[in-house]
Amino acid sequence: MESEMTADRVAVGEPSVGDFLALMKPRVMSLVVFTALVGMVTAPGGLHPLLAAIALIAIAVGAGASGALNMWYDADIDARMARTAARPIPRGKVTLDEALSFGVVLSVGSVLTLGVLVNWTAGALLALTIAFYVFVYTMWLKRRTPQNIVIGGAAGAFPPMVGWAAVTGSVSIESVLLFLIIFFWTPPHFWSLALYRCRDYERVGVPMLPVVAGAEETKRQILLYSLLLAPLGVVPALIGLGGAVYLVASVVLGAMFVWLAYDVRRSREGREGDQVARKLFRFSLAYLFLLFAVLLGEHVAVRMMA
Amino acid sequence: MTDEPKQTDEDKRRQRLRSIAIALALAFLVVLFYAATLVRLGGNVMNRPI
Repeated sequence: MESEMTADRVAVGEPSVGDFLALMKPRVMSLVVFTALVGMVTAPGGLHPLLAAIALIAIAVGAGASGALNMWYDADIDARMARTAARPIPRGKVTLDEALSFGVVLSVGSVLTLGVLVNWTAGALLALTIAFYVFVYTMWLKRRTPQNIVIGGAAGAFPPMVGWAAVTGSVSIESVLLFLIIFFWTPPHFWSLALYRCRDYERVGVPMLPVVAGAEETKRQILLYSLLLAPLGVVPALIGLGGAVYLVASVVLGAMFVWLAYDVRRSREGREGDQVARKLFRFSLAYLFLLFAVLLGEHVAVRMMA
Repeated sequence: MTDEPKQTDEDKRRQRLRSIAIALALAFLVVLFYAATLVRLGGNVMNRPI
């Protein structure tokens, strides 16, 4: 740890099971499981239901483990930000050492389980996901560059590739496309959050884009990424990964995304700007969820009819 | 968890629940590996020279 840790020895009693579950960032985990599931269902071929379940569990645990390692490393700044101050380590429920061992054991365990029981392409990709999130994003980029979430976003984009690899044992253009959609979705998603949480990041010295380059530049970049994301979201329909429903959904949702990003771009700073940014942040979550849900629905429907 | 002053009853209860959770997780892993082995071997269990 780089800074003097105060959170370490103020433990208030024994940690509960729930405290350890909270270390795994359950809400992030649920999105990871969902996108991984979409990767598995859209992949050609089949996987025994038990092995499919094991793959999903391993991916979920691996994601949770990287969350715990992130909280271990970032405990000093988490303690000073409103959004994260209630996490188990800043609250003094879990010590740094406990979080570190928890994260390491689950990381190694999830990768080995996925590798041994399903296949090693998926296992290696899961290891890469965890390593990317912990070493590249958390340790290296987060506190150094405003490009932190652009590059670090790759970690969040890997899960559908892991799911796809669990079924096919390989990487292909379709799974890379799913990766790219999440990859280009991450910057506008996080920057819209950072726009109205800017003060927090500034105080703890995390160089988020609004802190370093200002709100105007952030809004410009949000719009730029939205303009890249919207057409990219339609591509699955063009290469046969998505069907007609997906085509319509991706066009409509993409247009709404760009529209909202444009609203953010035009908004003034202050209350009004915060409100529009929050709206985009919420919509961006719905956007990704709906795109993947439609893809999932189409593939499930096709399989049921076959 | 070293040099903890005194464990309250609540502390003991949480520690116990944690131990149970770990035990369940390990048992779950055993079942998982057993079942996965059966699935992966499938009919090949019988496929050997006599």
